Amino acid sequence: MLNFILKRILSLIPVLFVVSVVVFLLVHITPGDPASVMLGPEASPQEVAKLQEELGLNRPILEQYVTWVGDIFKGDLGTSLFMKQPVLTAFLEHLGPTFSLAIMAQLFAIVLAIPLGVLSAKFRGSLLDQTFMGVSLVGISVPSFLLGLFLILLFGVELRWLPVAGYKPVAAGLDVHIRYLILPAIALGSMQAALIARMTRSSMLDVLSANFIKTARAKGVKEFIITIKHSLRNAFIPILTIIGQTFGTLVAGAAVVETVFNIPGIGQLIINSVERRDFEVIQGVVLLIAVSYVTINLVIDLLYGIVDPRLRVGKR
Amino acid sequence: MSQEHFMNDLSIIKKQMKQRQRTLFRKKFFSNKLALTGTIIMSVIMMFAILTPFIVSTSPYTLDTANRLLPPSAEHFFGTDNYGRDLFSRVMYGARVSLVIGFSVALLTSIFGTIIGLYAAYFKKLDSLLMRTSDGLMAFPAILLAIAIMASLGANLINVIIALTIVFTPLVARTIRSSALIVKEQTYVEALRAQGANSTRIIWSNIFPNVISPLIVQATFIFADAIIVEAALSFLGAGIPAPEPSWGNLLYDGKTVIFNAWWMTIFPGIAIMLTVLGLNLFGDGLRDLLDPHNKSKK
Repeated sequence: MLNFILKRILSLIPVLFVVSVVVFLLVHITPGDPASVMLGPEASPQEVAKLQEELGLNRPILEQYVTWVGDIFKGDLGTSLFMKQPVLTAFLEHLGPTFSLAIMAQLFAIVLAIPLGVLSAKFRGSLLDQTFMGVSLVGISVPSFLLGLFLILLFGVELRWLPVAGYKPVAAGLDVHIRYLILPAIALGSMQAALIARMTRSSMLDVLSANFIKTARAKGVKEFIITIKHSLRNAFIPILTIIGQTFGTLVAGAAVVETVFNIPGIGQLIINSVERRDFEVIQGVVLLIAVSYVTINLVIDLLYGIVDPRLRVGKR
Repeated sequence: MSQEHFMNDLSIIKKQMKQRQRTLFRKKFFSNKLALTGTIIMSVIMMFAILTPFIVSTSPYTLDTANRLLPPSAEHFFGTDNYGRDLFSRVMYGARVSLVIGFSVALLTSIFGTIIGLYAAYFKKLDSLLMRTSDGLMAFPAILLAIAIMASLGANLINVIIALTIVFTPLVARTIRSSALIVKEQTYVEALRAQGANSTRIIWSNIFPNVISPLIVQATFIFADAIIVEAALSFLGAGIPAPEPSWGNLLYDGKTVIFNAWWMTIFPGIAIMLTVLGLNLFGDGLRDLLDPHNKSKK
């Protein structure tokens, strides 16, 4: 087991190296000089030269990379040019809303999708199955920000049931906090729900046709127990995989959905920084998200190793 | 029978077999209702996009401040936007932008992804370098990486295509690599290698034809994804800049007046939805046909 964990962790090194190079290069692929792009057209040559000096842009590129990575290991992700605060601080300040939103969306997706997927598989080919799968196909085709806009039109403009913009922290009361996040979470979680429902269905179909299920049925085990205890449990690994794989996408999607609902999270931080060409923030935030994405995947992989011992040895 | 005759007959039989395969393929494809729906949706949208300049008489750029935010009517099918521009015309011209981007990205990622995937599968030494690089690129959520690249390159059509190509090429490379690895292990490739055939020839004339099916399926889905990500980018203000119409920036304009003008959100929104749905259906249908291992369970 220890060997498996160690191997898996070591395999991250090249991936993280590539991630760091890509993020580092983001500044350097700008057409023209990054410092003058960041300061805008009104900046004087002296100001540009000063910023170049500060950011070390006039040193050799390899040296810049090494310094940059070194700083990251010291926990220094740079300082925002516009907000005059460390990037890490800005990131942590905006993390709360995004995290809440992603968790709510994930919960919504799981609670909705798994029962639907199980029912679809159980009544394969029925009207119920066809309806669910049809809806899930549409679900995959509607990007989250678009669904968000449609939800605003329906619930905010027509029905006026739920707040359509803004964010209230948990401190304002848990019910208020959740009320503000309902529409964003549905918008963000729907595509996820569609994916999970389809995966649950196909994974359940595989298991339901297995011999041990036939045996259980022949023994007279109750159909409900067969579905839940015998089948769903065995069908769970691929379902868990898709949940894990798409969680990172969910966090990135949160960035877009936040803009739709004016939620002051990571997404808004990125978009504002893009408008201001605040490269230090863009770099820092993109790096942090990519690293957390890689870490989440690592944790999920390790969890499999625990859930299913076959995977520990089976892997290469 | 002379050899010439024999070869002639053989080529006729071969031709007939190919033809039969093709008819069978067509029959199967069109008997798949979903795939057929997808094909119809896509054909209609493409037809509209190509014919737009001939059927839409109003320019998508003409400002008419006296007629701001008019609801849909016989004169303006989709109403007018906050500058009085005809929304029908803007959605139609937006289709061209979306399809051009989707198609270019699908094509470019197919080219680069195929080259990378094939060479990674064939040459062990290249494999780890290329695949670790693509793992690294895939560690970024697509939209996020696209936003970051756009922030550096600047917002315009060509840069959107470049950014999306960088984002999606690793996906194609992975698919091609895994298919090519299977082909590479087959006896006839081994035989060719033992005969001393040169690697470029093996890669392109023996392995490549066998990975075309998964490539086409993957390219269809990337077409759809590129349209979604472009719309998201433009919606966030990091994609196609105004006044050029794209479905994403139409939605951006629509959001500012969402409480007064539903049509500015509904029509571009439906356009995106239909296109992506059409492509997904088409892709699902193709996959069921070309890639039996991955068949979605019916």
